[in-house]
Amino acid sequence: MTALADRPAGTRSPRTRRPALVVGIAVVALLVAGVLSIMVGAALLDPAQVWAGLTGTGTDQSVAIVRDLRVPRTLLGALVGIALGVAGALMQGHTRNPLADPGLLGVSAGAGFLLVVAIQFLGITSLYGTVGFGFAGAALASALVFGLASLGGSRAGGPTPVTLALAGVAVSELLIAVTSALVLRDTSSLDAYRFWSAGALDDKDAAASLQIAPFVLAGLVLAAANAPGLDVLALGEDTARGLGHHVGRARALGIAAITLLAGSAVAVAGPISFVGLVAPHMARFVTGPDHRWLLPVAGLGGATSVLLADVIGRLVVRPGELQVGIVLAVVGAPFFIALVRRRKLARL
Amino acid sequence: MTTDLTAPAVGKARRTRLRTEGLQVGYDDTLVVGADGGLDLDVVEGTVTAVIGPNGCGKSTLLRAMARLLAPRHGHVLLDGERIDRLPSRQVATVLGVLPQDPVAPEGLLVADLVARGRHPHQRWFRQWGPDDEAVVAEALAWTGTSEFADRPLETLSGGQRQRVWISMALAQGTDVLLLDEPTTFLDLAHQVDVLDLVERLHRERGRTVVMVLHDLNLAARYADRLVAMRDGRIAGAGAPADVLTEQTMRDVFGLEAKVVTDPVSGTPLVLPIGRRHRVRDDSNS
Repeated sequence: MTALADRPAGTRSPRTRRPALVVGIAVVALLVAGVLSIMVGAALLDPAQVWAGLTGTGTDQSVAIVRDLRVPRTLLGALVGIALGVAGALMQGHTRNPLADPGLLGVSAGAGFLLVVAIQFLGITSLYGTVGFGFAGAALASALVFGLASLGGSRAGGPTPVTLALAGVAVSELLIAVTSALVLRDTSSLDAYRFWSAGALDDKDAAASLQIAPFVLAGLVLAAANAPGLDVLALGEDTARGLGHHVGRARALGIAAITLLAGSAVAVAGPISFVGLVAPHMARFVTGPDHRWLLPVAGLGGATSVLLADVIGRLVVRPGELQVGIVLAVVGAPFFIALVRRRKLARL
Repeated sequence: MTTDLTAPAVGKARRTRLRTEGLQVGYDDTLVVGADGGLDLDVVEGTVTAVIGPNGCGKSTLLRAMARLLAPRHGHVLLDGERIDRLPSRQVATVLGVLPQDPVAPEGLLVADLVARGRHPHQRWFRQWGPDDEAVVAEALAWTGTSEFADRPLETLSGGQRQRVWISMALAQGTDVLLLDEPTTFLDLAHQVDVLDLVERLHRERGRTVVMVLHDLNLAARYADRLVAMRDGRIAGAGAPADVLTEQTMRDVFGLEAKVVTDPVSGTPLVLPIGRRHRVRDDSNS
């Protein structure tokens, strides 16, 4: 019973898989991607010009490009990526399903649906209007999914991983079907919907889209509060309850965080695929299953992926642009298949 | 049912830690536990109670209700005299620990990290992980002989080692009362004995009060102070192993013809099932 002495001397503490180092590397990668994103576009800038533009010492034109176009777009891309990466990690944690992504909660389908309704029936065309309606649609859809999943879940503890997934798929499919029917009737909403659903970051709207920042921030705070709960929930609901955790409360907190994060992202950038699915897996690969490290690294990785994809999109068809959602689908799908084939997907 | 279940099988008069009063638990439309008037059971401090009975008799359901994992239809579960559903769940978790039947863990979770999660009820936003938690985890690992696996992912361990680690987590939780739902399932005989020896040490050296659901009657008789035999959600018999494990009980509870002899190793009852094949042979011999 001389317990502490039984531990072989000199073994490292089990709770350090150098996560701080991993977070550091992820931050550096994001900064590099951010600089690249400011450099690349219709006009290529070198790092000196970027610096001059940022500090306001360059030519008027480069200052304008950097400050008014590239920086807002880069910030928006980073925000969307962080939101999707963290939301994906939360979603996979709550459903204990390695194939889950934020779209499974119906946020993308809900945002698209209300966007089309707003354009077609309410005549809304302003950016604030469409972003607001997109966000509201995402929130309503996830509330509906959560409610339906709770009805089918265990009596005391709210939705189970299985009912969440089923309700999410059902609500998404229904909303997508109705949205398709609506856009067939009306060309202007079809155009808006088509552009939105490709998933894009846009120069001229970026500054305005940064209005989502407070929602993303709120979502990140909720996500951080949810991390210890997710760690306990990962041991199954019985064990979590046995450890004194309120399963229903933790689920509700998680769903609220996912809604804020993924809802903001899809409202401004459309249903960007694969980031919410792949970024958590890449993060889990380096951090292990501890959500206190997994969530931040998934967010940083998500932001880096979105920025790099956006840079690629601006390079491949210069001087035109390929939308970031399309680049991510083209790059992300093979990447994900490779991940699955190498059995690197951890069981949750 | 108000059979006299209060008398502790061992020792002097000790206080009741866990009690059910008129407990009725069910899923959907069916009542699984406490069909006629509810189930009453007292668990006395410092005892090991084994709940036995055929499949579907409600023993796991009873354990889950006692652990507040299932809400009763009627009746109450009392922990130290207070209704468990009215106590803050986190407070309950510092007194009562539960190990579910088939616990799950995410892939890649290190053994020490799993055991550390047992400290969850003791943590607050203002009182995070500290050296004392670290010490408790290290001690819990050492106590079950799993320190050497501390830095290994759980899934690389064998079934028996994994069960020891789960018991370490329950130990790290530091509760006086421990509920174990079939802690020996899927283990070979040697590892079953190994796990039950651990439970016995918990009881003897740490004074823990243990309630466990067990399938193996002979092991239950060896390791429990008190047996509770269940059938159809009711208590069919409770008391010292020698009083409960009789040929009559085997017939009434399990519907099994059996011979009960004294275990030459432990002196506890030993059930030898007869079965059809051997009954036929007996008949032909006579």
